[in-house]
Amino acid sequence: MAITVKVLNRPIAEASYLRATLGGMARTFKHMVNPHKVTVQYPEMREPVSPRWRGTHRMLTTEDGKAKCVGCGLCPTVCPANCIKLVPGEDEQGNRYPLVFEIDEFRCIFCGYCQEVCPEEAIHMGRHYENAEYSRASFVYDLERLTAQTHPVSQLWDPSDPAGE
Amino acid sequence: MIQAVFSHGGVIDPQTPIEDFWPFTILTIVKMVVVFTVYMVGVALLTFAERKISAWIQDRIGPNRVLWKGFGQVLADGVKNFMKEETYPEAAYKALFILAPMLAFVPAMVTWAVIPFASPLPTRWGLMSMAVADLPVGFLFTLAISSLGVYGIVLAGWSSNNKYALLGGLRSSAQMISYEIAMGMSTVCVLLLAGNVNLNSIVEQQATQGWNVVLLSVAFLVFFVATYAETNRLPFDMPEAESELIAGYHTEYSAMKFSMFPISEYANMVTASALTSLLFFGGWDIPFTTWDNVPPWTTLKTIVTLGVFAIKVIFFLFTFMWIRWTLPRFRYDQLMSLGWKVMLPAILAYVVIIAGTLLGLDAAGIARSSRAFTGILFGLNLACVGVLLFVLDRGRLLSPAQSRLKSAELSRLRQVASRSTLAPVTGD
Repeated sequence: MAITVKVLNRPIAEASYLRATLGGMARTFKHMVNPHKVTVQYPEMREPVSPRWRGTHRMLTTEDGKAKCVGCGLCPTVCPANCIKLVPGEDEQGNRYPLVFEIDEFRCIFCGYCQEVCPEEAIHMGRHYENAEYSRASFVYDLERLTAQTHPVSQLWDPSDPAGE
Repeated sequence: MIQAVFSHGGVIDPQTPIEDFWPFTILTIVKMVVVFTVYMVGVALLTFAERKISAWIQDRIGPNRVLWKGFGQVLADGVKNFMKEETYPEAAYKALFILAPMLAFVPAMVTWAVIPFASPLPTRWGLMSMAVADLPVGFLFTLAISSLGVYGIVLAGWSSNNKYALLGGLRSSAQMISYEIAMGMSTVCVLLLAGNVNLNSIVEQQATQGWNVVLLSVAFLVFFVATYAETNRLPFDMPEAESELIAGYHTEYSAMKFSMFPISEYANMVTASALTSLLFFGGWDIPFTTWDNVPPWTTLKTIVTLGVFAIKVIFFLFTFMWIRWTLPRFRYDQLMSLGWKVMLPAILAYVVIIAGTLLGLDAAGIARSSRAFTGILFGLNLACVGVLLFVLDRGRLLSPAQSRLKSAELSRLRQVASRSTLAPVTGD
């Protein structure tokens, strides 16, 4: 006994397989000859990244190539994910500098507080998204790595539109 | 008709068929090698074309990395398939498991032996027919061989010892049988008109009377739909039906054995396209001119007609892909009801109509090559197509929505529906 399903009589234009088929064929043909070009050929072409993009960190340096960081300890304090490890040191002239400065990019939530809080404009979020590594350990960026990176840094906010409207 | 004149005494007329043994044998072998090579390269390129066309239809770009514009993808796929591991399911019946891909592949290739793809080529040994074997029973041969292709699929499904594969194989056999009948019937009309089963004669008949597609459109439509079922292409790819049967009959296959199935599918597509253009689109005939159909045969004619035939075949191959990427798969019962309840009665009635008309026209003494004959057939054809399209368009044959409601009940339901239309929500 076949299951019978009652369906409303629909207008012919909707129920005709023939018309639906021809309509579908016309549509696919239109797409074939005139496609919506949306594909980005990624390695060769890149979509521009927003100036407010927050990617992996970068430590800015002074003219003589040393990290701008003075080891004040604000960024590990403000960091909600507790991913920054900072051991401050002091040289003979009394200049403070970081003995150890490590960011675990796996723990980082990319909130950008570290950049916002930094009084020396030393630590920055980067406008960068290609972060593949071969091991988990290499996602802990040390000071050397942070200063060596050259990618552009995030603006965090647009100066002409600080509220982000 | 190419007149066979067997009377050469040392001097050979290039316009008579080859009759010496060695030139015939060697030229046939050359034709075999050339056709096989072109065919295989064509099939390989078809897989690429399929991926490209599907990509364009879906607003993608498709394979474009390997070599120039991605054409190397074909090579990469081939190398990949050769290098992969051949796996054998433990419970499979090994002999048939290995044999099945070959059985699927060989018939698809063999069919091409009888397909004439250009006008005859004059050579210094005589006139060479541009088919590997210009069999007198040409068309029957293609019908016989192309039905063998299903054995590969059924055996693949059975020998895998896998439920999904078996279901795929069974579906394939049921589908093939159902549509083979409609297909055979649709070609009966063509054969009635041509009065011959030799494919070259069918081409000549169309050159004089006009293409069969305008004389026998209903037969063409049925044949066209049946070829899709025969080649297991969407919307009739029940044997594969990846959403229901994983991969159907080739679920358990890997590496080159698997690759043989797609290759044979594409080979079948080429054959089906060639047959469609031969039976209904004049084969290598160029429309609106008789230059290409009459002796003396020249090399130029061969090249031009070859090009025309290639264009027709490529158009149908494109249609195969176009339809594949447009239409969703039929449900199995819809497939069966279309084959048995719609196409078979329609084509049977059509055969009777055509046979009756031909009988009447012959009795009335209207010559088959006259304009009146073509005109009458064309008029009849228009009427038949009109009736067919009218019936199809009523949505009763293919539509899933088929229940008849009483008109009072219908209007009551429509009222309910109109009342329950959602009014825009206004915040209180």
